Amino acid sequence: MAMADSTTLPTPEKVEKSKGYWSGVGHRLVRDPLTMFCLAVVAALILSAAFAPYLGLADPYKGSMIARLKPIGAPGYPLGTDEQGRDMLARLIYGGRLTLFIGLMPVVIAFFAGSVLGITAGYVGGLTNTIIMRTIDVFFAFPSVLLAIAISGALGAGITNSLVSLTIVFIPPITRVAEAVTSGVRKLDYIDAARATGANAWTVIRVHVIGNVLSPIFVYATSLTSVCMILAAGLSFLGIGVRPPEPEWGLMLNTLRSVIYVNPWLSALPGVMIFVTSLCLNLLSDGLRSAMNVRD
Amino acid sequence: MSVTDTYQPTPDTGGPAQPLIRVTGLQKYFPVRGGILGRTQAKVQAVDGVSFEVKKGETLGIVGESGCGKSTTAKLLIGLVEKDKGEIVFDGHALGERLSLKELRRGVQMVFQDSYATLNPRLTILDSVAFGAKVQGLDNPEELARKMMDRVGLDPDRFAHRYPHELSGGQRQRVNIARALAMSPRLVVLDEAVSALDKSVEAQVLNLLNDLRAEFGLTYVFISHDLNVVRYISDRILVMYLGEVVEVAPVDSIWQEQAHPYTRSLFSAMPSMDPDNRTKEPPLAGDPPNPINPPSGCRFHTRCRFASAVCKEAVPKLAGLARNGDHMVACHLHDAQSGHPKAGQGVPE
Amino acid sequence: MLSYLIRRILLVLPVAFGVSVICFLLVQIAPGDPLTAIMAIDATAEEQAAMRAAYGLDKPLPIQYAIWIGNLVQGDMGKSIATGRPVAAEVFGAVKNSLLLAVSAAVIAFPIGIFLGFLAGYFRDTWIDRAVTALSITGVSVPNYWLGIVLVIIFSVNLSWLPSMGAGPGGSQSWAWDWAHIRHLVLPAVTLAVVPIGIVSRTVRALAGDILSQDFVDALYAKGMSRADVLRHVARNAAATALSVMGLQLGYLLGGSILIETVFNWPGSGFLLSNAIFQRDLPLLQGTILILALFFVAMNLIVDVVQAAIDPRIQRT
Repeated sequence: MAMADSTTLPTPEKVEKSKGYWSGVGHRLVRDPLTMFCLAVVAALILSAAFAPYLGLADPYKGSMIARLKPIGAPGYPLGTDEQGRDMLARLIYGGRLTLFIGLMPVVIAFFAGSVLGITAGYVGGLTNTIIMRTIDVFFAFPSVLLAIAISGALGAGITNSLVSLTIVFIPPITRVAEAVTSGVRKLDYIDAARATGANAWTVIRVHVIGNVLSPIFVYATSLTSVCMILAAGLSFLGIGVRPPEPEWGLMLNTLRSVIYVNPWLSALPGVMIFVTSLCLNLLSDGLRSAMNVRD
Repeated sequence: MSVTDTYQPTPDTGGPAQPLIRVTGLQKYFPVRGGILGRTQAKVQAVDGVSFEVKKGETLGIVGESGCGKSTTAKLLIGLVEKDKGEIVFDGHALGERLSLKELRRGVQMVFQDSYATLNPRLTILDSVAFGAKVQGLDNPEELARKMMDRVGLDPDRFAHRYPHELSGGQRQRVNIARALAMSPRLVVLDEAVSALDKSVEAQVLNLLNDLRAEFGLTYVFISHDLNVVRYISDRILVMYLGEVVEVAPVDSIWQEQAHPYTRSLFSAMPSMDPDNRTKEPPLAGDPPNPINPPSGCRFHTRCRFASAVCKEAVPKLAGLARNGDHMVACHLHDAQSGHPKAGQGVPE
Repeated sequence: MLSYLIRRILLVLPVAFGVSVICFLLVQIAPGDPLTAIMAIDATAEEQAAMRAAYGLDKPLPIQYAIWIGNLVQGDMGKSIATGRPVAAEVFGAVKNSLLLAVSAAVIAFPIGIFLGFLAGYFRDTWIDRAVTALSITGVSVPNYWLGIVLVIIFSVNLSWLPSMGAGPGGSQSWAWDWAHIRHLVLPAVTLAVVPIGIVSRTVRALAGDILSQDFVDALYAKGMSRADVLRHVARNAAATALSVMGLQLGYLLGGSILIETVFNWPGSGFLLSNAIFQRDLPLLQGTILILALFFVAMNLIVDVVQAAIDPRIQRT
């Protein structure tokens, strides 16, 4: 029996350590301090928002006429109070709930919807591809900000409407990336080899396509979270997102504009939250990209 | 229980006299799009009217220059490329009539040239090998896969849970062979399956293929540009030029006499170790013509030293030689009625 | 090239059609009756029906669309519900101001972005590269409407150097090239420039870095070419891609300036849009979006054609 070329194998001890793709990604991520730091910040923001009621904060809705516009560092109000005398620290932490939800959820939904559309278009090709991709092209005729504002503007303010409009904004770019990656993979020999077994399209997609296209699509989707956050808060800032008196960073930025000459730095605080979150999301996405070996 | 006992091929229906696969008038044109509206502007005539049969248990070698339609023929045989015209009959059952595509793929498997590209980088070796058997609903697919890995010379305990990038080229090609055989096929199409391997590894894999053929009663279609390899493994050789069959013959017969001028050029281009067997024929000049717009009549006439007026006009038919009917050739020189000035004399020296 | 040009222009038609459908549907998805704003509250059922018929709202949607598009190609985008003026006039007046702002931002952003990106690409993996990378990631991460507020706090509230509102002294709506007006342009233009600085410098860095690392740069040096000549070579190769990114950015600036225009009360299309939204002035909303989107489509077309014309590597048949 001809077996000579298998004598150059690594030793069996090494073989047992044979690792899959994902454990490699995990190892690289843990060794990247900046990405881990950003992950910690985002996790802290999400957790503090989620568990805000248990943090012993002041009531974010309760105003006080005498305690209006306390400066940052005022006794009892570490970050001061807003134009209605509501505790800023509490409102900023509670504000994370809606802002992060509306800022992240559309990308999550669009990730699934866009992946389904793009993988279908890329794998099936032909007329299906043409119909899906030409429809997607129409949405690319709108700059994302404009599209979000147009849909939200027509639908009116409200949390659901914001989610709907932002999801519509992010489905087309994710679909386009998913389609591009999938049609690339579709041409590879191992897809031919899998089809040659007699497997149906769904089985080939499930076993052979998804595992190879999901990480680039996922990395791309994470790169959109920062834009989505900024847009989500922007809609509220314009008054077509979350309605008062809910604490939400963009909306707070809007209402505090009226006191910009009275207490300027206080009025910039909600923006700091948006900025820090969006910066961390961007850096996190970059870290993921290199850990997953995804190239642009 | 040996691996031979776990082999689960579909039953033989027509007996040994019936060819395992017979293709008739197979045609595939690929559209070339362009222009303002992206309409089909032209068609690449990749495979044009190809007919041949493969007997049970034999190995048919297919040779030709790159771009002659060898690989497209291979993909047509397993249905990876949809045929425009023609008939594929597997053991008496015509594809699309009494045989579904999935059933065809149960009986016919393929090993590709690029051993790395044909393995999903995210799947372990075991998952790749067992995939087809699972799809076809064979018994104990993982067990079958392990046994087949063992049979092709890969210890399943060491290799089952590894990934393609951790293997050498030769090991990966063994995986691809195991994957094809784990589906218990009766016909295996080997498309340049050893071409990318080192010479020493190539020899081992060729020996393995010969052993497997005997053990499982396989039939091979072996595609390669390397005539020596094809001679070693094949019983008969089929020569393709620009999407057409120009010559089919038993290996000894064609080695003795290349009846088609193209085959002769192809053979003379082959480096020889034997000083007595010197090249008599000047090698082929230039590239093959564009398959979008192939020459009229005999497609080889633009490069043929013996071409005459009739070669530009009439398409030569594939027919057996007068003294040996098994040796078939499509050339006016061999057809006494063709009208070629030297018709019936065979290829001049 | 001509065939490519024709094909590219033909490709715009279905997109423009799709854009018009979306803009038409915007009014359909809006809750409430589009006529409530102009109809008398005590209108009888007959009066309402008459009104519907007068506006063609009793017809099926495709017919309504056909009527709307028919008027559109004649330049009639309807009348603003709030002001009663033709939408076209309102939109074009505002788009002029938005263009002024977008182009000013581009004039600030593109040279800075190109310079920084080039610097980073040339000095790859040095502290310069890292500083530029940090700057550009900050640029694309910052919510620019907040940055606008911060700039207002610094330069208007604290330093009183620059005005924070409007396009001219005393809420002037018409633009003039004098210092009183230009002062008003500075803050919004700078704010708007931050994101494209980040994006352009990122793109140019990648391009310059990639091209400089290619073998042909070595070959150029080997040929005895001077450092400056090599740089010029690199610049030309990167120009095509950089140009397309910048062209798209200009489109984004126009479409994306709405938030900045709100912050600075800049009387542009974004400002018009937010007024339209709050007054539920749907024809105005529809018209503004349509014009901005069509502008963006045209921008894309120009970018593609220019890129095809200057980049010899792109084979366009």
